[in-house]
Amino acid sequence: MTRRVGIVSFAQVTSPCERRRNEVELVIPVVQEAVAASGIPRAEIGFTCSGSCDYLYGGPFAFVSGLDAVGAWPPIRESHVEADAAWALYEAWLVIRSGEVDSALVYGFGKPSTTDAAEVLGLQADPYTVAPLWPSATDLAALAASAAIAAGVLDERDMAEAAAAARRAGLTNPHAVVGEDVTADELLARPVTHPPLRDADLAPVTDGSVAVVLAAEELARKVCDAPVWITGIAHRVDTPSLGARDLTDVPSARAAAVAAGVGDGPVEVAELAATHSHEVVLLRRALGLGPEVAVNPSGGALVANPVVSTGLIRIGEAAAGIRAGQARRAVAHAASGPALQQNLVCVLEGD
Amino acid sequence: MGAVRTAVIGVGQTKHTAARTDVTMPGLVREAALEALADAGLGFADIDAVVLGKAPDTFEGVVMPELAFADALGAVGKPLLRVHTAGSVGGTTAIVGAKHVMAGVAERVLVVAFEKQSESNATWGLTIPMPFTPPLVAGAGGYFAPLIRAYIRRANAPAHIGHLVAVKDRLNALRNPKAHLHLPDITLEQVAESFLLWEPLRYLDTCPSSDGAMALVLASEDAARAAPGPVAWVHGTAMRSEPTMFAGRDQVNPQAGRDCAADVYRQAGIRDPRRDLDCAEVYVPFSWYEPMWLENLGFCEPGEGWKLTEAGVTAFDGEIPWNPSGGVLSSNPIGASGLIRFGEAAQQMRGRAGDYQVPVRVGKALGHAYGGGSQFFAMWVVGAEPPD
Amino acid sequence: MTATSDPAADAPLVEHHVLEYPGGYTRSLGPALSAFFTGLRDGRLVGARTPDGRVVVPPAEYDPHTGAAVEEWVEVGPAGTVTAWTWVARPKPGKHHLDRPFAFALIRPDGADTALLGVVDAPSPDVMAVGMRVGPRWARARHGTVRDLEAWVPLEAGARPEPAPPDEAPEAADEPVTRIVCPIRLDYEINAGVATSRYLRGLAQRRIIGQRARDAQHVYVPPRGSDPMTGAPTEIEVEVAQTGTVTTFCITNIPGLSELAPPIPYVTAQVLLDGAATPWFGLVTGCAPEEVRMGMRVRAVWADEPAPDARTLIGFEPTGEPDAPYETWKDYA
Repeated sequence: MTRRVGIVSFAQVTSPCERRRNEVELVIPVVQEAVAASGIPRAEIGFTCSGSCDYLYGGPFAFVSGLDAVGAWPPIRESHVEADAAWALYEAWLVIRSGEVDSALVYGFGKPSTTDAAEVLGLQADPYTVAPLWPSATDLAALAASAAIAAGVLDERDMAEAAAAARRAGLTNPHAVVGEDVTADELLARPVTHPPLRDADLAPVTDGSVAVVLAAEELARKVCDAPVWITGIAHRVDTPSLGARDLTDVPSARAAAVAAGVGDGPVEVAELAATHSHEVVLLRRALGLGPEVAVNPSGGALVANPVVSTGLIRIGEAAAGIRAGQARRAVAHAASGPALQQNLVCVLEGD
Repeated sequence: MGAVRTAVIGVGQTKHTAARTDVTMPGLVREAALEALADAGLGFADIDAVVLGKAPDTFEGVVMPELAFADALGAVGKPLLRVHTAGSVGGTTAIVGAKHVMAGVAERVLVVAFEKQSESNATWGLTIPMPFTPPLVAGAGGYFAPLIRAYIRRANAPAHIGHLVAVKDRLNALRNPKAHLHLPDITLEQVAESFLLWEPLRYLDTCPSSDGAMALVLASEDAARAAPGPVAWVHGTAMRSEPTMFAGRDQVNPQAGRDCAADVYRQAGIRDPRRDLDCAEVYVPFSWYEPMWLENLGFCEPGEGWKLTEAGVTAFDGEIPWNPSGGVLSSNPIGASGLIRFGEAAQQMRGRAGDYQVPVRVGKALGHAYGGGSQFFAMWVVGAEPPD
Repeated sequence: MTATSDPAADAPLVEHHVLEYPGGYTRSLGPALSAFFTGLRDGRLVGARTPDGRVVVPPAEYDPHTGAAVEEWVEVGPAGTVTAWTWVARPKPGKHHLDRPFAFALIRPDGADTALLGVVDAPSPDVMAVGMRVGPRWARARHGTVRDLEAWVPLEAGARPEPAPPDEAPEAADEPVTRIVCPIRLDYEINAGVATSRYLRGLAQRRIIGQRARDAQHVYVPPRGSDPMTGAPTEIEVEVAQTGTVTTFCITNIPGLSELAPPIPYVTAQVLLDGAATPWFGLVTGCAPEEVRMGMRVRAVWADEPAPDARTLIGFEPTGEPDAPYETWKDYA
């Protein structure tokens, strides 16, 4: 089964702190926008898949509330992953490739501002020997940064460059919740708050949602003047044991990139779901992205991080860049788990 | 359509029980995975992808536990996907695993589902009150019992029908060494006199809370031909969802269930499920759901389901045995239950169901799972022979 | 009826939510972690030797690289080397063990090939460095939890760590540790959303206000912001009657299922309010449970002190009218 799958529309909503709308009300606008822009009537979309996280929601069955925004009548083929919506896209891609359907709606949503999201995500760590010490996701990422710096793989300046580039890019991204005309030197003058990380090295808390519509090639060409093709997609996971991982690299991202065929052609743009600035550096290297690649023209997750939507937004942003003529071939990345334990890599190409 | 033909080549499960106090969570899933791999004549290194399903993470208090279990699942360096579709999740997990093979992305997939409910409490886990959301004052049973009352009224069903199912499934479970509940002395009187929980449901009309794990190894046609034992072929898979509540919703005989069944039957060439299947493993967590699902799944006309149950049509030695394994009424590790249904259907078609093996005449069996407010459905049909 | 344009009516309703399983999660241990936690209780660090000869700590049940089972336990440490560190400037009471700022570190105990996460009790981040030596400070009373190793402390060059003091915990010290209890409490500030806020503010006025989508007739009570059949936003408010019909119900005989549950036996029902398209779920009060029947006509029962809260609408009680004919509600049950 080698039918190509294309992205035919993409919509996102972000907010630094969404005090008015709840989850279903965040999903309504992105689903409406993405479906309308897809050119495929809602009733004809073959499959629906979402990504969310109960622990960000604060209770079980977060995804059920999201379903009310989709219009699941007559009954729909629908599924859900407890993960970033990029993995929901992966499942939808499988279903289209299997031939069962020709199109899919993929969406994600989350409101990390309602809680201490870094603390909640720290509970992804080993429940027996790590979680009882309550390290947050920030603590775990900081440990990874510490190891990488000690190994000489990157330094504070590399991190500050990545953070500054993100913040400058955020100025022109309407969905960014952070934007600042700042240099690496200026950031280096700011205090270190989570050694070795500074506040600017951390992704901002962001509420939000995202939706993407996929279509098999024949349908994509019918409804969209410039579909963006998924020419490769793969994901891999590393060991959960932080102290057993090679923290000087991102082995699962490296392997996913190979499996997705990143190196099979030139890459002009890469959207990386690095939520800490040192991860931009590590991922660049792990994905084999040379200096000619424009990394995170949107600003990436460092300017907007609606958890469990962030990865799918990277895919959407990369696709949007191709549609806008900024690139012909791009890479998008999503991550999950403490300190980039799990990585998904997607290669996108325009015609 | 060109999808790669897919087979179940290995099945493994733990002995389901109220509390596994001798293993960690990774140990629990590992046990089921090892049994399935051994059954398939494979090691972890032979697996291309791992799919894990379970109920809400609040049950065990671990966010996305599959990440913490990557070592135990042999998933390091591989694709690992976590499915969560409420009670239907076990079934959805199998389907997502099958999609990996059908899409040509993997040759061999390890599919695992589990729940370690003893880490907390199932009643609490299912009904955590959320701000601003109408609370389930009477718990999960309090949601389903009114629907059962509505069914009894619609169908004019006599009061003892649920008890027949409660006895049938527990007697079936006596033949299944992996089942949680083994109640050799169970009788209709015992069920009818057991504590009234949510009228009309009595204690013995309801499922237990179990710790358990289930694992399948799914393989492409090429890989299946190399399997050491008999395989069960996937003839059809389907999922349907409908909203929790909407104008005109039939909560008793949900459209999503009917549509899902129609889809999977069409794929598998099933015109009359009563005649064209050897057995069905159906998610029946409360006894009355057997007659309700008999109608929803098209085994009879609406209003007639209880008559089939009463006549023994679904008995172990009946025309179309339902839940020969003992079903959810005998074992219910919530996240795994759907996969247990799917896996037990496969075992029947492989001739591997041991003492609870039913006769294989037609060569097809149905696996069914549902969840949420009777709104999420996942089904598959597996067969002893490859699909045409 | 249309919505009021009072701006206060649109202020979001926010509620503090605690997610916590009372008493904590009871986690049973397998052989590897039992060896580890028993070791901690005994003042020792235990790792495991994998089939390829590496020593892994905490002892993994399964080799991180091959997934193979690991079954050989090895004592490691007690001193170790920091391979990564960060600083926690604001410890969380009730979660972090130390109540003063501390370091998290990955520490590779002597003799081990992997590092484990630990808490380092250091006076300031200036003292921390990758490569520094640390030793365990053991709790005086140890119970077989991660806190038996109270914290790691910096070791002077060439120094050896203090041995573990005798265990002062009263419980039996001979049996292996087979389970741990992990309390998990998370706090959230959750807002109701626009649709739900309007509905709850209506309840505070003893009004039941549903919503419908622009081009649809169905009025949803309670409203959730969208018409679930189409996904269209439900922008139009419609007040529904406070009377309705019981379409189905059950009598609950189990105490304590919810904070809101009255003494058993009690009735919960689906009530189709006159004018609503979907049933409301909740309590039926004001009569004996055995008097409740499908088709019974009911009216709302309100709390004495109405507030923008679902509990303001306590439930429904019989009106005394004749039952509604089956045809009028049979499609809802």
